[in-house]
Amino acid sequence: MLSIDNLHASVEDKSILNGISLDVKAGEVHAIMGPNGSGKSTLSAVIAGNENYEVSEGAILLNGEDIGELDAESRAHKGIFLSFQYPVEIPGVTVTNFIKTAINASRKAQGLDEMPAKEMLKKIREKATLLEIDSRFLSRSLNQGFSGGEKKRNEIFQMAMLEPKLAILDETDSGLDIDALRIVANGVNKLRNENNAIVVITHYQRLLDYIVPDFVHVLHEGKIVKSGTKELAMELEEKGYDWIKKGA
Amino acid sequence: MQLEEKLMSSFVAFESEVDTLAPVHDVREKALKSFEKLGFPTKKNEEWKYTPLNSLLKEDFHIFSKHDNTVEFKDVKQYFIHDIDTYKIVFVDGVYNSFLSETTHEGADICLLSAALAHSKYQKNITDYFHKIASKNDAFTSLNTAFAKEGAYIHIPEKKILEKPIQIIHFSTGNDTALMLQPRNLIIVGKQAEVQIIERHQSLSNQKVFTNSVTEIFADQRAQVDYYKIQNDQEEASLIDNTYIRQEKESHAKVHTFSFGGKLTRNNLNFYHNDEHIESTLKGITIIENKQLVDHHTLVHHASPNCESHQDYKGIYADTSTGVFNGKVIVEKEAQKTNAFQQNNNILIDDKATINSKPQLEIFADDVKCSHGCTIGQLDEDALFYLRTRGIPKKEAKALLTYAFANNVLESVQIPSVKSRINKIIATKLGVDLGFDV
Repeated sequence: MLSIDNLHASVEDKSILNGISLDVKAGEVHAIMGPNGSGKSTLSAVIAGNENYEVSEGAILLNGEDIGELDAESRAHKGIFLSFQYPVEIPGVTVTNFIKTAINASRKAQGLDEMPAKEMLKKIREKATLLEIDSRFLSRSLNQGFSGGEKKRNEIFQMAMLEPKLAILDETDSGLDIDALRIVANGVNKLRNENNAIVVITHYQRLLDYIVPDFVHVLHEGKIVKSGTKELAMELEEKGYDWIKKGA
Repeated sequence: MQLEEKLMSSFVAFESEVDTLAPVHDVREKALKSFEKLGFPTKKNEEWKYTPLNSLLKEDFHIFSKHDNTVEFKDVKQYFIHDIDTYKIVFVDGVYNSFLSETTHEGADICLLSAALAHSKYQKNITDYFHKIASKNDAFTSLNTAFAKEGAYIHIPEKKILEKPIQIIHFSTGNDTALMLQPRNLIIVGKQAEVQIIERHQSLSNQKVFTNSVTEIFADQRAQVDYYKIQNDQEEASLIDNTYIRQEKESHAKVHTFSFGGKLTRNNLNFYHNDEHIESTLKGITIIENKQLVDHHTLVHHASPNCESHQDYKGIYADTSTGVFNGKVIVEKEAQKTNAFQQNNNILIDDKATINSKPQLEIFADDVKCSHGCTIGQLDEDALFYLRTRGIPKKEAKALLTYAFANNVLESVQIPSVKSRINKIIATKLGVDLGFDV
C-alpha cells in the first residue's frame, strides 16, 4: 500500500527527516512513536503533501505509484487521509456541507458526477450511527466551539465518509480524556478492514491499548531507530525514550 | 459648472417644489449656508485622507430627475427580501413608488418624510427630532439637509413590537445620465418598541449615480433597533451614507453593514449615548474587487456610565480595491464602567489591494474596559492545508476559508431571510458552492 524509501525532508533548510523507510501493507496498522521533535508530525505532513516541507531525497509510493510530486488534494483523491492534531474551525460551513464538498471534490477529480443528495444523506446517517454521532452535531459549524473529543470524533467521521486507503492519525489521542479516547478508538477499529491501512502517530502507548498495532516503529532524530511488534510500545511505556536515544 | 456651484444654484428651483413657509425650511436654509461654508471635503481633510472624492465630484450630476420613472416588480424582485412579509417604502429615482410599496398608519407610522413634513399631526415629531442629531459640521449631511424633502418616515410608538421588518429601497433607473439622490430618513422608536429595518440602494443600469443619504434614528428607553444595510450596487454607483443614532436608557441598537459593491461607498455611522445601560452593536462585512472603495467611519460616543459597544468589521479586498476602517470611540469622563470593544480584520487577496485601518480611542474615564484589535493578513496556511487534505482543491479551499472568515459576522443577524441572502451573496462573490442548506 504505502512504501516509503529513504525519505529526507527539511523545512527552511532545517533537516527533519533523515532517511525514513517504511512499508505498510493493506489491512495493517502501524504505530509510529517517538519523543517530541523526533519528526513524527513532519512525516505525516510530508506523506499528506504539505508544501511547507522540502523533500530532498527518497520516494513515497502509494500502491506502486510515486506520489511525491502530487499536491495535497491529489493525494487525497488517491486515498490518503490525514487526521489532524489540531483540526481547523470553519464558521458558517456545517459538518454536513463540508463533507459533501470534500466528497464531491474527490468525485469530480475522478471524473464522477456529484453524489446524489439522497445517497449522500444515507451515507452520512449510516456513518454517524456507526460512530455514535448525534445528528444535531452534523448541522453545527465545522469544529467551531467543538470540545477536543468532538473535534477528533469529527476527524474520524470524515475518515469514515471519505473511505481512504491509507489513514494517518496524527496524535489523535492528544487532549482526550479516557472516555473520549475510547469512543474515537472504537470508531477507528470499526473502519479497519482488509483493504485499508492505518498509520497511528503517537507519543504515548495508551492509544495503542485501543487501536492495537501490528507493527511499532520508533522515530528519533528523523530516522526509524527501532521496529517491532506491539510489545515494543509496552517497553517504551515502561522505560521511556531515553534508552532509545542512548542507543541511537 | 462645478457640482458645488450647481447645487447652490439649484436650491432656488428646489424651493419652488417645497413649502418654504414650513419651519423645516429654516433648517434647510441654515444647512445650505453651512454647506456653502464647509464645501466638499478634500484630501487635506483628515477624515477623507484615504477616500478621494475628486473623480466622483467632477461628474456633472443632475440634481433632479427629469423623468417620471417607474419599474416593474418582476424586474426588481431580486433586490427585495421577498420570501417574507415586510413593509416596504420604495423610491424610484428619488420619487416614492406606491405600487411597489406597502406602508401603514395602523399601530405605527411607516410612510414618507414628505407626508410627515406636510401634515400637522406629525409637526411635533418633526420639531422634536428632525435634524436633531445629524451633524451641523459635515458637508454631506448639511447638503442633504438643505435638499431634504423625501425619504422614509417611521414612527413606532411606545411598546409596539413591529410584527414584520421594514424594507427601505431606493432604485435608480439610469434614465437620467448621472443622477444625484439625497434621501432623508427619520426613524423614531418609542419606549420598549422594537423594529427591524433593511435598507438598500440599487442602481438598475450602468449609468453613474451618486446617493448622499442621511438617516436619523432615535431609540427611546428599552427600545430595540435592528438595522441592516445591504450595499451591493453596480460599478458606477456611489454612496455616502450618514447615519446618526441616539439611544436612551437600556436601549439596544444594532447596525449591520454589508458592503459588496459600488464604486465608492462611505459609511459614516454615529452612535450617541444619552443615558445608562445602553448597548450598541456595529458589524460589517466588506467584500470588494476591481477599483472599488469602501470606507467605514464609525463613532461611538459613550457619555453615560454602564454602557456597552461592540464593533466587528471584516474586510476582504481583491484586485486594486481599497478599504478604509476608522473606528472612533469616545468615552467621556462620566462614562465609568464602559465596555467598548472593536475588531477589524482584513484579508488582502491580491498584492495591489489596500486597507487603511485606524482605531481611534479617546478615553477620559478611568474605570472602563476598552479594546481594539486590527489584523491584516492572508489566509492561514495550516487551514488551507487541512482543506486540501480533504480533497478540496486549493482555489476552492481558499474561497471556503474566505467565506468562513466573513461568515463569522453573520451570527448576530436576527432575520433568517437576510442571513441566508447575505450568505448567498458572499458565497457567490467568493465562488463557493455549498449546495442546498447554506
